[in-house]
Parts: sequence; structure tokens; C-alpha cells
Amino acid sequence: MPAETPIRLSARQACVRFGALEALGPIDLSVRAGECVVLLGPSGCGKSTLLAALAGLQAVASGAVHADTAGGSDIPGVVFQEPNLMNWATAKDNVALPLALAGVGKAERQDRAQKALQQVGLGSFSSAYPRTLSGGMRMRVALARALVNEPSALLLDEPFAAIDELGRRALDDLVLAAKRDQHLAVLFVTHSVDEAVYLADRILVLSPRPGRIMAEIAVPDVPRDPAFLTSPAFAEAAAAARRVLSAQLVAA
Amino acid sequence: MSRIDIAPILAGLVMLALWEGLTRFFQVPTVILPPPSAIGAALVERGPLLLPAAGVTMGLALTALAISIGLGTMIALVFARVPLLERSLGPYALVLQATPIVAIAPLVIIWTGIENPRRAILILAVIVAVFPVLTSALAGLKAVDPGLDRLFRLHKASSAQRFLRLELPTAAPFLLAGIKTAAGLSLVGVVVAEFVAGTGATGGLSWRLVEAGNRLETATMFAALFLLALMGLALNAVLALIEKQTRA
Repeated sequence: MPAETPIRLSARQACVRFGALEALGPIDLSVRAGECVVLLGPSGCGKSTLLAALAGLQAVASGAVHADTAGGSDIPGVVFQEPNLMNWATAKDNVALPLALAGVGKAERQDRAQKALQQVGLGSFSSAYPRTLSGGMRMRVALARALVNEPSALLLDEPFAAIDELGRRALDDLVLAAKRDQHLAVLFVTHSVDEAVYLADRILVLSPRPGRIMAEIAVPDVPRDPAFLTSPAFAEAAAAARRVLSAQLVAA
Repeated sequence: MSRIDIAPILAGLVMLALWEGLTRFFQVPTVILPPPSAIGAALVERGPLLLPAAGVTMGLALTALAISIGLGTMIALVFARVPLLERSLGPYALVLQATPIVAIAPLVIIWTGIENPRRAILILAVIVAVFPVLTSALAGLKAVDPGLDRLFRLHKASSAQRFLRLELPTAAPFLLAGIKTAAGLSLVGVVVAEFVAGTGATGGLSWRLVEAGNRLETATMFAALFLLALMGLALNAVLALIEKQTRA
């Protein structure tokens, strides 16, 4: 990643505490535009907490987090573990919610929501209600909603964990396409090593609580396609990540 | 709604036929138990008297229901925003709800109803009908999905946006169920209040019921009862229809 690409997400010596419990940090990280950084770590290590802090949903006890607006929406796109859709609203109205809350006029938000649905391959499901959609489709709606206000950063918190292998790959590809086409800074939290390697430009492996960065693994800049999954580069990066995770197990 | 189950209709016809046949066969005095044909005749004959009375009672019940919906929702909103108020006042509301309305009625009528029976009847009906609205609205307002709540916080939604786009749609099905219960109760409240008020001043259906009872016009009493049941069913049917529409 060229150094002159602007940094969109950053944390400087960021710590989060819940009462007396040290949940996270100190953490330093930065995500540049057009880069995907994956946070990999054991459950309870504070991955989701770090993501919430970067989204502005969680206050840091010390240090600083920053999301750069770059003239785009000042709110990053966020996809959580659950789709979190309004079951009383259509797919299109769900996608349009961030625009409605930002005060965008009805015609424009309908238009942009429709485009976002097309982007995730759900163009013909705009008037469907969430309960009529499959789990994977609901996640696509959530992804479209995160992209609809054209954010400069996209944060995803183990979003596709409950989805079957092929559906998950398709969603990963949508994230990669959005990263490339919209030059997004992507921060992706997962506990799946394979998914991490497939998506990441860099993998940050976190320690058990309080989460700190134990290792950074760079993944070669090669096209992400089915061939990549069976390539030596993939196997090497996955092995490196597994080594760090196993070392933690031994230490613990 | 498209397919009507004929089983209850048949059962009803059989019961009516039995009723008619048995009262005739055993020659039961009509003062004790009039046959359905006599009740039908009373309904037609007393119709000009009963129907306007039914209209008055229905009007009072609907007014009480409307007040209960407004008041119950408003109190629920205040309680949801200020939990301290709910904690301190909730138990007393429960006391009021648990006290049988028939026992409260004479007091309310002394306080407010001597010169204005209509007002007393409305207050009593609202006391009964407001609670299901209040409790269901409160449950609905608290049922907001935490994930959606977080999303609204992420997008810095104003409290008006939160209310209109999150809390209200979440609470709506709860509220509707509460309103359905309240509709039946408001009718009960009005009838009870009319009985206790014991004056014909409002000219409601229960007054006609009492009047017919005093004159031993049993068939007219049945006719009035029939109309009351019909009103309750009609209220329920309308609300069920609304519920179905909103769920679609």
C-alpha cells in the first residue's frame, strides 16, 4: 500500500475499560483508503470493542481513535454480527434508513437505496420484507445499508459467521469489490483464519484480553479469486496466522 | 376471512331450535325464559327504543376507548422516558387496576356524576380500559431491538426520528393487541357504570335492561343482551381487521 494514500481510520494508544476491567489496548493501528485490514483474535479479546470505538459507539478510556471523513459521509458504514433490519420495512426502506436519518429527500434516497441494492445483487428484491429473505440475503441488505451513504470507511464485525461457505465467499467478494470501486478503508473483524487471509491486505492478530496487537501479517497483493485459495501465498499467510494464534494458546 | 366456517353457525341453529322446542314443549313461562321467537319479536317491537339506547352506549364506549388510547399511550411514553416515574407510580396504578370497578363506581359517581352522569360513566370506563393500553404500549416501547438501537445511535438519530422510525413501529403490534383488550373493557366499563349510576339520564342500553327487568319484560332483556353482545363482537371484528391490515 503506497504511503501517500490517506489514512481513513486510526487508533493511537487507544484503551477501553469496562469499570475495573481492561477490555482493550493500548492499540495503535491505521487503515488507509483502499486497504482492508482484518482483526483476527480469540473471542473476548476486544475485537468488537475496537470496532465499536472506531465507529464512535464506544468511548475510549485513554488514547484516541479517529475516522477521517474525506468529504464523504462523516459516519462510517458498519455491518454488525446480526443484519439488524427493521422487520416492518421493505428491503429498500431498510437500506434507505441512513439517508432518511441524515435528512435526504425521499426521491433521492429511494434512488440511491435501489442502486445500493443492485450493488449487492438484490435489485429485484427492493419491495421484499426481511422475513421473506434468507439469512445471506438479509446480510446483503445490511451491507447495502452500510454502503448507501457513500462512507469513506467500512467496518464489519464478524458479519458473515452464520452464513454457509459459498454465501460467505460471495459476500466477501462484495466487500472486496466495494473496497476497490469506492476506494474504501475496510476494517473487518473475524475469527476465521481463511476468511481473514482471503480478504486482508494486512492481518492484525490480537492477544487475549486486554486485546493488543501481537503480530501483523502482510498478505501478497494478488487477485482474490478461487485460485488464490489454493495458492502457496494463501497457505503461507494462513499458516503464519495460525502459528501466532497457537502460540497464544500455549502461553495461556 | 374468505372461507367461513359453517360449524359454529350450524351449532347455533341447533341450539336455537332446541331452545325454541324445549320452552314450547315444557310450556316454560316467558317471564322465566322466553323462546328465541319471542326475543326476536321483542327485538323488532322494542327496536325503536333499544337501538338509540345501543347507539348511546356504543358512543360512550368508543369515546372511552379513544380517551384510553390517547391517555394510555401518553403515560407509557412518559414512563418509558422517565423510569423513576414508572417505578414510583407503577405499583399504585396496579392497585387501581386490581380494585373491581363496580366497587369504585359509586364513589366516582358521587364525585363527578351527580349532575353529569355521562362524565362519570366515561371516567369509569377509562379507568378500566386505560390499563391494557398503558401496559402494552410500555412493553412495546421497551421491546426495541438493541441492534437497531445501536444503528440509530451510529447515525445520530434525533429523539423524534427514534420515536417515529424505531419506537413507534416496534410498539405498534403490542399497542394494537392492548387496544383490542381495551375495546372490550371500555364496553364493560360503560355498562357497569350505567348500572351503578342507576339513572336513565344517559339513556344507555343497560338502563333499558334494568327498566325491562323491573317490568319483568324478560324477552326485552334478552333482546338488549343480544345487542350488547353484537356490539362487543363488532368492536372486536373491526380491530381484528385493522390488526390484519397492518400485519400484511
